[in-house]
Amino acid sequence: MTITINHFLVVSFLLFSIGLLGVLVRRNFLTVLMSVELMLNAVNLNLIAFSRRLSDLTGQVFSVFVITIAAGEAAIGLALTISLFRQRRTLNVEDANTMQG
Amino acid sequence: MKVSASDWLLLSPELFLTAAGLLILSISAFFDKAKEEFLAFLTLLFVGVAIGLVAFLSGYGGRGAPIFAGMFIVDNFAIFFKLLMLVSIALTVLASIQFVGRAPYPAGDYYALLLFTGVGMLFMVSGNNLVSIYVALELMALSSYILAGYFKLEIKSTEAALKYFVLGAFSSGVLLYGLSLVYGIAGRMGLPDLAKLFESQAKSNLLLVGILLILAGLLFKIAAVPFHVWTPDVYEGSPTPVTAFFSVGPKLAAYAILARIFYVGFPKFHADWGLIIALVSAATMVFGNVAALLQTNVKRMLAYSSIAHAGYALMGVLGFRTEFGLWGILVYLLAYTFMNFGVFALVVFLETKGYAAESVADFNGLARRNMTAAVVMLVFLLSLAGIPPTAGFIGKYYLFTSAMKAGYAWLAVLAVLMSALSLFYYFRIAAAMFFSEAEGAPLKSSYALTAAVLICAAATVIVGVAPQPFVEMLRACVIKAP
Repeated sequence: MTITINHFLVVSFLLFSIGLLGVLVRRNFLTVLMSVELMLNAVNLNLIAFSRRLSDLTGQVFSVFVITIAAGEAAIGLALTISLFRQRRTLNVEDANTMQG
Repeated sequence: MKVSASDWLLLSPELFLTAAGLLILSISAFFDKAKEEFLAFLTLLFVGVAIGLVAFLSGYGGRGAPIFAGMFIVDNFAIFFKLLMLVSIALTVLASIQFVGRAPYPAGDYYALLLFTGVGMLFMVSGNNLVSIYVALELMALSSYILAGYFKLEIKSTEAALKYFVLGAFSSGVLLYGLSLVYGIAGRMGLPDLAKLFESQAKSNLLLVGILLILAGLLFKIAAVPFHVWTPDVYEGSPTPVTAFFSVGPKLAAYAILARIFYVGFPKFHADWGLIIALVSAATMVFGNVAALLQTNVKRMLAYSSIAHAGYALMGVLGFRTEFGLWGILVYLLAYTFMNFGVFALVVFLETKGYAAESVADFNGLARRNMTAAVVMLVFLLSLAGIPPTAGFIGKYYLFTSAMKAGYAWLAVLAVLMSALSLFYYFRIAAAMFFSEAEGAPLKSSYALTAAVLICAAATVIVGVAPQPFVEMLRACVIKAP
């Protein structure tokens, strides 16, 4: 069996869906962060697979940009994790509910 | 790829602001004694220089063509948005001075982040390629997450940042997945190239999914229904000058790039995205107005009101290939920036006086304690409701006309009804200011905040009373649909 573009697309779609569900369903902020990373990495897989198929470098260059931005996003996410933990002694996002209405 | 000197010149406002932000960051890192007022003044000065640079570029002959190998374009449309955004940043600095000065956090970080958000916004409206647009959007988003959580020892601010971050990262993931699908089908990222390619290609479902995901990601930034859930919490929890900024600056960038991506990149599919945007616009204005009517917390009420206004503004994107085009949304955003910022600036004023601005009761008797503030607030509220002779009326007039011309008469009728409904909750604040009993001494405002509010009020009144020169000028700023 040869690996075609469709295989990559299915894997990346699954990864993206897992990440999407993770952000929506999980309560722990660290897990949510990881799920976001999963979504971004699904996109990277997509971009690189398409780039290979189209013999076009743009996709690979874009995925490097995405990796860089994901690193920045993780830094901010972790900073917020620490800030939340210092105030609440918990990482449960459900507990962040001071504002209602 | 050849980069000429004129390319660098055309991006000079962005490059200058980047350097300015880094400079402010270093000053506050190396000189502990640097006064907050000094940093604010420096920021204001840099934004002023950037406004000067953009104004210079508006008369520069080399603009209008793609630069940096098609990555960016500096056309009249981009220049209008850049000026408006820079003005909104300057207003934010003026509104922040007292508020941030009292807080026990380094002011240098605040002003530097404000400038970096600005750099992202400026790059975004000039984006002509999906890669540059995405990177600029993230620069704006990442800086604004930190701004929302700037009061890091206050639980509300941290929570606002957390919610903004999670939902923001989520939406940019969705946007990015859409971009990757479009890339996979088209094999290119430049907006004009995409349009050219699609002209000769059959519609594919995968492509439509990609376009839909991009639209969803951008609607999140605009806070349109059903992607609005973050707005009330983030607006309530963030430091109020930051809220004022969020309600105009990043939204301007998102409207601009929504219009550019869909007008320049996907003109062939306008029947599909046009209908979706019309439905989203209707849902957004109904939900925003009804939810605002039920709110008692002022900051949340204004958050819902700005959701409702996002619904009106989306009508301005519908005029695709009509004689109006984007004219309506440009006129409206000019009005919206000043009136919405003005309203939030007055909430900042009450907060610096020790009122939480939580409930409408905080506005009780404002007319007797500071007549100017009450009258100016009334002007903003009338403008938000769309009563002549204010800028809000002119903006809405152009928006509704453009929706009619595009064949969405039902949407225009709905918008008029919803504007009438919005009078009720705006009137609650007005009634509290003028008809409730006052207690306590007169309230005095700081000079900087007064300046910010008066600039907003002057713009709201001038655009409302003498709209002709502004409206004519904006006619030259629209993007022509191919």
